[in-house]
Amino acid sequence: MCASDSWMFLTKTQLVYNLVNDVMIETRNLTKKFSKLTAVDHVSFSVKKGEIFGLLGPNGAGKTTTIRMLATLTKPTEGSAAIGGFDVVKRDNEVRKLLGLVSEKIIMYDRLTARENLWFFGRLYDIPEEVLKKRIDELLGLVQLINWKSSQVGTFSSGMRQRMNVIRALLNMPEVLLLDEPTLGLDPQSSVEVREFVKKINRENKTTIILTTHMMVEADMLCDRIGIIDHGKIVALDTSSNLKKLVSGVNTTVIELEIANLTTKIISLIQSQECVSSISQSGSTHIKVHASGDEAFDTIIDTIRTEKGKIVSAKNLEPTLEDVFLQITGHEVRDKADQKVPMRTHRRFQLKSRVR
Amino acid sequence: MGAKSLVYHSLLIAWKDLMELFRNRIMLLMLVLMPLLMMTMAGFMFPSSTSISEVSVAIVNQDEGYASSKLIATLEALNSNKGLMTLTNASSLDEIRSLIQAGEVDGGIVIASNFTSSLMNGKQGDIIIVSDQTNPQMSLILEIALKEVFEQMGTMLAQQNVVEFPSVNSSNSLALVKPYNVQTEGAVVGDFTYFDFIAPGLMAMTVMMSVMTGLPAAISHEREVGTLDGMMVAPVNRLSVIVGKTLAQTARGMLQGTIILVLAVVLFGITIHGNILLIFVLLLLGVFSFVGLGVVITSFAKDQETAMMAMMGLMFPMMLLSGVFFPIQQMPWYMQSISKALPLTYTATALRKVMVLGAGIPMIATELAVLIGFGVVMTLIAVPVFKRAITK
Repeated sequence: MCASDSWMFLTKTQLVYNLVNDVMIETRNLTKKFSKLTAVDHVSFSVKKGEIFGLLGPNGAGKTTTIRMLATLTKPTEGSAAIGGFDVVKRDNEVRKLLGLVSEKIIMYDRLTARENLWFFGRLYDIPEEVLKKRIDELLGLVQLINWKSSQVGTFSSGMRQRMNVIRALLNMPEVLLLDEPTLGLDPQSSVEVREFVKKINRENKTTIILTTHMMVEADMLCDRIGIIDHGKIVALDTSSNLKKLVSGVNTTVIELEIANLTTKIISLIQSQECVSSISQSGSTHIKVHASGDEAFDTIIDTIRTEKGKIVSAKNLEPTLEDVFLQITGHEVRDKADQKVPMRTHRRFQLKSRVR
Repeated sequence: MGAKSLVYHSLLIAWKDLMELFRNRIMLLMLVLMPLLMMTMAGFMFPSSTSISEVSVAIVNQDEGYASSKLIATLEALNSNKGLMTLTNASSLDEIRSLIQAGEVDGGIVIASNFTSSLMNGKQGDIIIVSDQTNPQMSLILEIALKEVFEQMGTMLAQQNVVEFPSVNSSNSLALVKPYNVQTEGAVVGDFTYFDFIAPGLMAMTVMMSVMTGLPAAISHEREVGTLDGMMVAPVNRLSVIVGKTLAQTARGMLQGTIILVLAVVLFGITIHGNILLIFVLLLLGVFSFVGLGVVITSFAKDQETAMMAMMGLMFPMMLLSGVFFPIQQMPWYMQSISKALPLTYTATALRKVMVLGAGIPMIATELAVLIGFGVVMTLIAVPVFKRAITK
């Protein structure tokens, strides 16, 4: 985030600066208001070329709206955004050529086959027929769907559909990939596959990626930097490890121990150690110890050993992004996250569309 | 984004929509069934001269004379040929009324007690026709049918009377009693049924309805499902999306229109007097005149349901006011002026002129001009509205 916040619009000089510094995406005070509610509230960030940037927050935080504004699907009420040096409002068509969008809804027609779907969207990008033919086969091969290329997408499992959804966005070999909840509603295995695939694209094509998620694990795994967004505002923005340091000092150690012959004596002995700040017991064999200092871990283990405690397991707990979120926003990310149910294209199961 | 890619993208989107349609079996079935049902229902629902039979009629004969019994005998004789009525006897006018109220008969005839004596004295005999007012179509038919019967009988009676005069021979006796013989004749030679009236209007209506309900449904469905974003995020002119979708819906509507036309000719024996090409041009023009309004509604409706409701709200008055089922001329003046503001009126009128009367372009110039005018104005309004709505 460069320059001052008094800038409402990106000037030409700013755009040139961005190009020189490899800034691919830049938003400045990006704001979207719907009649009553401010969905996105003066959001400013910039993403470098080749970076994976995560927008982490509960549902309704404004992630999707931010993505939609970047994708030229919604006009900002205030502020501006630029992708590849093009303003998303004034040069929307240039922006579209650079973009690939993986929406949280599956952008596929159920009654068309995998090939036909990709053909349709590919031709919308004016990709020459010969090139497109080859690319479709490549992409389908990449996500192991080549054998299903003549099957209608409606017959696919949700994992397959999501893979289709991702490769659809890659048809035009975009420089910027916008991923809106790419693993929403997928089983763990499919989620892992999609994540691996996203990483691969980023690594191999130097694709700049913005990804929204309400899953801490996902943000932690994929993103170079994470912006935590809540009630339309970015409340923290840094790398995953730096964000975690916000919660704990560098020196804090949290250990979870299972001791088969746990006694009150062991507990009180651990507690008496200088480095230990707190200890809590859960169940008859488990304890959780918060300690500080470089040698805290050793000290605690030694203490238990001298009392002949049998350590069944010991886990050195790192603070998670969940803790970060809790610390910063004062509420858990799960508060609202459970409300979202994966959308089906089937109309009978369709939920009321959310306010965008 | 030149004109070339605009056209290409539109065609691509139309292709995609039609592929989706043709892979949807139920939809396809409905596409054929709908016109068939509409045609059959509309055709048989409204009466034509041959469609009335077995109307039950109660007769009260208060007269004891020979004239009334002869009348009833003639009525029975006539009836046995045509099978028009089922005759029952009743004792009084009040009984007929209660029979009608009970729904047991459709109408009644009362022969007054002085019928024979009046005739004997050279006066006219009184006959009362009682009809069921809750069923205006039926009572109208009954009155016409009974009048016809009595007229025929009266003529026969008179003919007989005249023959009895020695100076007149039987060949010119009819001319003597009934010098006028009025027959109705249409502008074009041939038999006309209600189908002839209704088929052109029904065609115009189905094509328009198909496009009008199809377009908002298609766009708002894609919006709800999320696939619209896929098109919007591609470097495609927004216009291509409407044009493409309209093309697909028009193709669908035209297909239905053709089905109606074929059904009308094959099943209902309608003769098309005009140029078939002109019929299709008129249908297309009908769609063009109205598609703008559909797009505007699509732009304002947030979801599919709202779009459908709005469309239906418009379609029903249109159906009834545009002279598809009932001639506009029989409406009160204020209804007629509403009719004149509806493009469907002009499509239906022009189509009827072409199909039934075999009219050429000069004869429907007014309708053509109005339709083009409607279309241009609507489109000019619709395009900016749609563009704005789509990137809210």
